[in-house]
This record gives sequence, C-alpha cells and structure tokens, in this order.
Amino acid sequence: MQQRIGVFVCHCGTNIAATVDVSAVAAALGREPGVVFARDYQYMCSQAGQDMIKDAIKEYKLTGIVVCSCSPRMHEATFRKTAAAAGINPYMVEIANIREQCSWIHKDKDEGTEKAIILGRAAIAKVCLNVPLTAGEIPVTKRALVIGGGIAGIQTALDIADAGFEVDIVEKKPTIGGKMAQLDKTFPTLDCAACILTPKMVDAGQNEKIHIYSYSEVVSVGGFVGNFTVQIKKKARYVDETKCTGCGLCTEKCPVKNVPNEFNLGMDTRHAVYIPFAQAVPKVATIDPNYCLMLKNGKCGLCSKLCGAGAINYKQEDEIIENKYGAIVAATGYNPISMDKFDEFAYSQSKDVITSLEFERLMNAAGPTGGVLLRPSDNEHPKTIVFVQCVGSRCSADAGKGKEYCSKICCMYTAKHAMLTREKYPDTDVYVFYIDVRTPGKNFDEFYRRAAEQYGVHYIKGMVGKVSPEGKKLKVRGSDLIADKQLHIDADLVVLAAAIEPDKTARPLATMLTASMDTNDFFTEAHPKLRPVESPTAGVFLSGCCQGPKDIPETVAQAGAAASKVIGLLCHDKLTANPCVAHSDEWMCNGCSSCENVCPYHAITYVEKEFRMPDRTTKIRRVASVNPAVCQGCGACTVACPSGAMDLFGFSGKQISAEVDAICR
Amino acid sequence: MKSKNELLRENIIRTSGADVKKCMKCGKCSGTCPSYDEMEYHPHQFVYMVETGDIEPLLNSESLYKCLTCFACVDRCPRGVQPAKVVEAVRLAAIRQQGKNRLTPDGVEKYLDDEIPQQAIVSAFRKYTK
Amino acid sequence: MKFLYYPGCTLKNKAKDLDIYARESALKLGFELIEVDEFQCCGGVFTTANDEIATKLASVRALKAAKAAGVPLVTVCSACHNVIKQTNYAMKNDAEFADKVNRYINDGDDYHGEAEVYHYLEVLRDIIGFDKIKEKCNGALKGKKIGAYYGCLLLRPSSVMGFDDPENPRIIEDMIKAAGAAPVIYGERNECCGGYAALEEPALVKKRCGIIDESAKAAGAEALVTACPLCRYNLVKNGANVPVLYFTELLHKALSEEI
Repeated sequence: MQQRIGVFVCHCGTNIAATVDVSAVAAALGREPGVVFARDYQYMCSQAGQDMIKDAIKEYKLTGIVVCSCSPRMHEATFRKTAAAAGINPYMVEIANIREQCSWIHKDKDEGTEKAIILGRAAIAKVCLNVPLTAGEIPVTKRALVIGGGIAGIQTALDIADAGFEVDIVEKKPTIGGKMAQLDKTFPTLDCAACILTPKMVDAGQNEKIHIYSYSEVVSVGGFVGNFTVQIKKKARYVDETKCTGCGLCTEKCPVKNVPNEFNLGMDTRHAVYIPFAQAVPKVATIDPNYCLMLKNGKCGLCSKLCGAGAINYKQEDEIIENKYGAIVAATGYNPISMDKFDEFAYSQSKDVITSLEFERLMNAAGPTGGVLLRPSDNEHPKTIVFVQCVGSRCSADAGKGKEYCSKICCMYTAKHAMLTREKYPDTDVYVFYIDVRTPGKNFDEFYRRAAEQYGVHYIKGMVGKVSPEGKKLKVRGSDLIADKQLHIDADLVVLAAAIEPDKTARPLATMLTASMDTNDFFTEAHPKLRPVESPTAGVFLSGCCQGPKDIPETVAQAGAAASKVIGLLCHDKLTANPCVAHSDEWMCNGCSSCENVCPYHAITYVEKEFRMPDRTTKIRRVASVNPAVCQGCGACTVACPSGAMDLFGFSGKQISAEVDAICR
Repeated sequence: MKSKNELLRENIIRTSGADVKKCMKCGKCSGTCPSYDEMEYHPHQFVYMVETGDIEPLLNSESLYKCLTCFACVDRCPRGVQPAKVVEAVRLAAIRQQGKNRLTPDGVEKYLDDEIPQQAIVSAFRKYTK
Repeated sequence: MKFLYYPGCTLKNKAKDLDIYARESALKLGFELIEVDEFQCCGGVFTTANDEIATKLASVRALKAAKAAGVPLVTVCSACHNVIKQTNYAMKNDAEFADKVNRYINDGDDYHGEAEVYHYLEVLRDIIGFDKIKEKCNGALKGKKIGAYYGCLLLRPSSVMGFDDPENPRIIEDMIKAAGAAPVIYGERNECCGGYAALEEPALVKKRCGIIDESAKAAGAEALVTACPLCRYNLVKNGANVPVLYFTELLHKALSEEI
C-alpha cells in the first residue's frame, strides 16, 4: 500500500524556531515522496497541536506521521497516543529530534534549518518502512527487592510494605541501620539519630511483609521488569538466626577481644562473636571467621557451650537463595573516601587527626568513649579543635586525587559538630576552615549562623595547607583569606570532612542490573529532573546516596518516591511489553551463537529445530530463538549476527539504511 | 589590538602552562606556603591577579623573589592550578626585561662564604637572572 | 651491575662526601657508578616555564648519554635529580618542547625520554632491596635516633617525581632502618629549608631552618640525614641543634668493616 505521510514541525516556542526556519522545514518536507501533509505549529504537544495531528490523520487518511520536535524521550509516548486516538497504529509515528540534536546545538539559522530538513527526511524515509506493531503483555511478580538496609532502604521497604506488597531487604552487614545508625545527632534539629532510626529498624524487622536478609549479598540478577530472578548469598554467620535470642552472652564471654570494631570505625575493639550494637536488627550474633579460634584452628567452642538456645553452628555454610521480584531498588549508600592521598592533613600520621564520621562516634553515648569527647591518642579532652571542610571534595581532575563534586552534607554536619562541641565543652576553641559554606535547605543557614553567632565557633574562610604532628600537638597551618594572613594553630584534634563516594558494591551491582552509572559510580537517573528515582533500566529504582550525595531528609523523601514508583509498578497485574524487539530469520541463522553471547539480557537461546529442506529432506538445525518478553530491543544481536538473520522490529536494517540514505542524499 | 597588559597575561598563562581559571579560591596554596610571611602578594593572589589581568603590581613586587619553588602549593592544590608555576612565569616576565637582572656576577660575591655549595649559586642565578 | 652516574657540580666541590660515600657504598653493595663523560651542570633548579630550552639542555645531554649506554642514569644530589627527572618528563610528555630541544641539539639521534632516571635511594629500594642492605650492615648505628630530612626536591612535584608518598615518605626512614639505626619521624621533614634564598634572604632561610630543626629536635632526633648539599648547608649554617649528614655517609658508616 502506498504510504500517506503527515509531517508536523514544532516551534517549541522559540526553542526550535529561533534557530530553525520551521516553515521552510515544513515546506521542504512537504515535497518529499509519500508526504501528503506538512504543517508547522507553535506547540505540537499542546492540546491544539495534538488535535491538529488527529484531524490531519482523519482528513488526509494518513498512514504514518513524522513529528519534528524535541527528543523522543520527551514526547514520543504523547504522539503515539495521539496517533492511536486517531485510529492509526502508534508505531507508525516517528520523531525527528530537531531540538536537542539541532536547534539547541546550532547558532546559525541556515545551518540549523538545513539540518532539520535532513533529520526530517530521514524520519520520513524510516516511517515509510514502518509496520504496525502490537505490544504484548507480561505478568508482574508482586514482590520488591531493596538492596541496602540503611535509612534509604529501610524507608523504601516500609513504604512498599505499607501498600501491601511483599518486600525483601538485602543488607551486607549483620544488621540494618547503615550509616545513620553510626551518627550521633542529626541536623538541623539535633534530634538523636538512634532515637529516630531505631523505631524504623524495629518496624522493618517486625513487619510481616518485610523479610530482611542480613549479612547477605546479591550475587546475580536475571530477567526484566516485573520478572527479575535474583540470587542472594546468605553468608555463613555460624549462628542459627531462628534460634539466637540475641541475649549477648556469647559476645561477652568470647575470649578473642581484640578485633577492630568496624561500628566504631576501629576506634575500639569487639569480640570475635559480636552483635554490632545494642539496637541491631536482626538482633542476632555473628561469628567473625577471621578471628574465631574455633573456626581458625578448631580450638575453643566456648560460645557453643554457653549458648542456651543451641544457636551456634560452626558448620554453617554460605547459602544461595533464589527469589523472583517485580521491582528492584538500589539503596547501596556511601562511604567517606580514603584519606591516603591527602596526608598533608596527617591522617595516617596521627591518631588525633580523624574523619567526621569518627567524630560522630566520639560524640556518641554508645561510642568508644561513652560520648565523652576524648582525643584518641591519650584520652584527654581536646581544648583546640580544627575542622577542615572539603577534604577531597571539589577537586579538579587535574589534581589527580579526590572527587570533582561537592559532597553536600559536610557543611551542615561540620556546623553541627562545632556547635555540639561548644555546647558540651564551652572551654574548647573550635575553628572551621571553609571554602564556601553551603546551606541550601530548610532551616539550614539559620543553623549554621547559630553555630557562628550563638556558639562562638570561629569560621575561617580559607583552607588548611598542612598539619604537622609535633609532640602532643597538631601544628595546623592554614590561610585566613579575609584577614589575608597565614594562621598557625596548635590544635589537639583535627577533624577532616572527607568527601563521600558510592559504596564499592554499587559498581558490580550496576553491572548485574544493567543499570547505568556516571564516572563517579553514582547510579544515573532515567531523567535528572523528571524521573529522578528511576534508573534507565525498567524496573530498577534508586534510593539514597547511591544516586548522589544527600542528607537524611532528602534521602527519606527519595526513598518514599522510589517506593511509590515501585508500588505504581507492582499494582499492575500485567505490563505492556515493548514490541520493538529482536527476531531471527530461522532460515538465515547459521547457529553461530554470536547473538547469544552479546545479549546483555539473556533473551536469546538456541533451539534444535526440524526443518523441511528444499530437497524435501528434513534436517535438524540449531537456530536462535528470542524471548520477546525478555528482549529490551537494544540491537546488539543485530550487529553481532554475521548472516543478517537477526533484525529488530521498528528498527530494521532496511529502515536504518533508508535513514542513512536519506541523510546522505 | 590587544593591550600590553592582555599580551602580558597571555604570555604568563602560556609559559606557566597553568590554568588560573580553575582556581576555586580556597587559599590552600597560601595556607601551606613557607614564604607566606615574607610575601606582599601571596600565592593565591598571584593566581587571582593573573586571572584578572592585574599583573603590573606583581611585576614590581619583591614577592617574586621570595617564592622558594618548593612546589608545596603545586602538590597540595585541590584544583591542579600550579601556583608556583604562575609565580615563576611572572618572575621571568620581570627579569627578561632589559636591565632587570636581579643578580650579577659582580654582585654575587658579597653573598658567598667558604662553605656555600655551588648549587646555591647556580640556582640563584637561574632564578634571578636572565 | 653498572649505572651511568651524574654527580653534578656540587658533588665535585663542596659536597665531596656525598659523592665519595655513594661510590664506595655502591661497590660494597655490588653496583658501580660510571660517571657521565664531561657532564655539565644541571643548573640547580628546574625552570618551570615551558618556553625555556637552553636551561634544560645539559640535563638532556646526560639523559641521551644514558640512552646511548643503555643503562639507567643515577643521581645522588636532590637538586640534580629534580632537574633531570623533570626534564626527562617534559621530553617524554611535551612533544612541542621535545621537538624544539631535538632540533637545537640536532645530532641525528632524537630523544623522547627513553632513559630511566633513578635516584640513588631508589636504586637501594627498587634494585638492591633494603633487606639485602640490612644483611650487610654492621650494627654500629644500633639505637641511634636519626631523622630523615627530605626537603622538597626529591618529592615534588609528586606527579613527576614519583619518588614516594610526598606527604608521608618512608624511603629514607627505610634506609635508616636497614642501616641499623632508628628513624625519627617529624612533621617538617618534607617542608622547604629555604633553598637558594640562602643568598639574598638569609633571614627567611634562618626562620625555615629553625622550624625544621625544632621539629626534628622535639621528635628526639640525634642527627639528620639529607640528600641535598644546599639543605645541609642551610641547616648547618643556621645553627642546627643536631649534626646533619649526607645519607650516603650514614650508609657508608653502616657498611664499613671497622666498627
């Protein structure tokens, strides 16, 4: 059938019209073969614009349309709906992106116009070869997986469970709680972190819709939106979770007492069998195989003898559990960066140079000093404390160290630390070296000003250049840019606001999820403004610092947003599949497996099939078979296929060639 | 036509190979500089004044000869700006002018003693003399 | 094992000890230093301006000699090491600069940073090994508390020198340990002594040296060792509380037969 194509050129206000002569584009494209209607309009996505498309489809009996407008990521779905409403197949719509790929990047109007015409021509050439496609349906597993059990993961899981869906949390540590459990007070209200976090931890632990896999890791992810298959490794903790009552007797009597306590960042020690902190969820002991005498050389067994519940099991092994999920939320969080490359601040040279997270533990009642601020080297009260901000943040790539981004939370927690120190120990001199104080947040600047004005914290605009440990003192040399002076301060304690970075597990997880990341290993959003909690990979959502640095209120808000997106997905019984998937011509397929090897979604399998050959014999041949429900239409297989058997609906080799021909014409 | 000042600025940026626009004004260079108290203009000011083209005062300042080229500022700068190279480029712009040699073979004798290593003398000539 | 050796001008004059003990210790440790023929002074400081060619030619000639001999070039003096290493880096990584230098020298054998440059300490660490040195040391220095004074030239710019952690180096401390003495770590060991400002700005240098000396003394150092003749001169001249030795002297003491 001869195609009857309509072309609609959008002005996008002046976004396009300022650098592209839109009426000239419409006129030129109107002369293309197959085009029976071409018109430009101010806002094609508006109701009036869409009505114009619908009317033209009916009036001119259009079989396909080309919209020259913004990126298909913005409005392809809009115009497909418009076409469907007017009675043509929604896959008979092509978008020529003359905004992001043309008007926004060109300054010269003649050039812009010429390019817009070329892009339009390519889209016309393609739409002439489009065939109507029908989207299939795929079922949805009504269960979600949250990876990471910090405040982001906990909040996401609670919100999903509240909506009535099953949700599992996988946490690599023996307890949920994450970084927030290590914090003392929270800005800007100064409520105690544990007081507001532990009730949520308990809720998560007791909620019958939530299952927590603590001390566990995700080891593989297969499937696709609505139908993920995930393998979770439950690491052997050598304690039967179902029997352990959390009484803590084993953790007190264990003879190995010198294990660096990671919960207190190594500033004190724990036993080889341990519960990370009093409010741990699940409140179950874990045996550290690197230190346990029984596990190392078969001698001891004290904990097993003591345990009234009979929960100790030295023979326990790692266990792989496979579950199905409809949606996955990444909530893998952050860590402070290593201070190795910033030793001008002497972190590795003096115990009294600490990071801000270590300072949190020193101020915390459950910390190594019972909440009394004592410096690590000699347990004396520090009388002069210097806080250094932006250590490793805002570094240029040229500097060869640190991170280029602002870590966002440091200005506020440093103000908090300075304020709390002055409140508890008014005889302490507190200096904060800052480059800028960044406090955009509700009641944030007021908080910072209070530290400076009411609590007498010395804020110094400048940076510390060098910290030299000298006897019991730390000689701090820095600049005061306002006074135009070099300051020399003999400090007792130096606190470094270390930049934060995504947890190291995020990168391998992203590979498993086929979710994209930026150069800093933060997960990228489907759209930085309009789809901030979704990954570009369907069914994968983002919560907390794995997407970028953020504080607790922002994390909780994002966690709720991710949960609502998950709920929105899980409340469907079926999802519409993408019909633009690969398919193989079985007669051309030579059985080489190239496609199977490149497919990132494991959508291609090979089958032995009986063929009736031209000479009337039958032959068993090995051919590729695409599972259209799993295929995401990336097209890798079509490129890998040496025999030209693999093709993509909606993006066939012929269509792409036609586009290229039209561009080169 | 570019002004003399603009040409001077371009020349300093070119010979130093430093990108002064990268500076975020943290002052770490000046916080770590061992000659800070002897300088009228401090490392961060060299960077800023070259960025803004206010170079004349630097050319005439004794600060040019106080920088020890110890590279502490270069190593510690979080932005990779290399302030010491900026100072050196300004110093060269000054001493390359006719009659601006800071040190002369005749004048050096008064600084010498029996123990002074050759290294000190050749280094000083390289720093102070074209 | 043989290396090409660039002593530099100071080691032929005021810093003869640095040179002699380096050569003698090398022989005891099984390597030989062959002096570069007719070497010229490196100039003492590396001019960072990238339009300076002439001031870097002497270094390039020494580097070319090492390339021709097919062995690494070894330095002992911190200043020579800094200048030669930075020059080699520029020849390797700055094509425009290398092109100008090669056209100026124009001897039919263009140079693009092929030679390897080792400081004597790097030879001890990376080729000989401090554990091997320890075996040969006599124990005469047992209990001596010695501070390493690095200064700036060996360490910075760290991206070019690649010598050690510029903020918390350990190579000289490791040598002190291998020699049987006890290294003393102090805060100012990698801060500048004032260098060539010794001529014009003696007050500045006095202040710098005072800070370094105080820092070393407070940490309990009984002696300091350095690889730089100018550092040693400045520290001694400005009344260091402790003796300042070349690191090669210390090594030689530890390696000598008579205790």
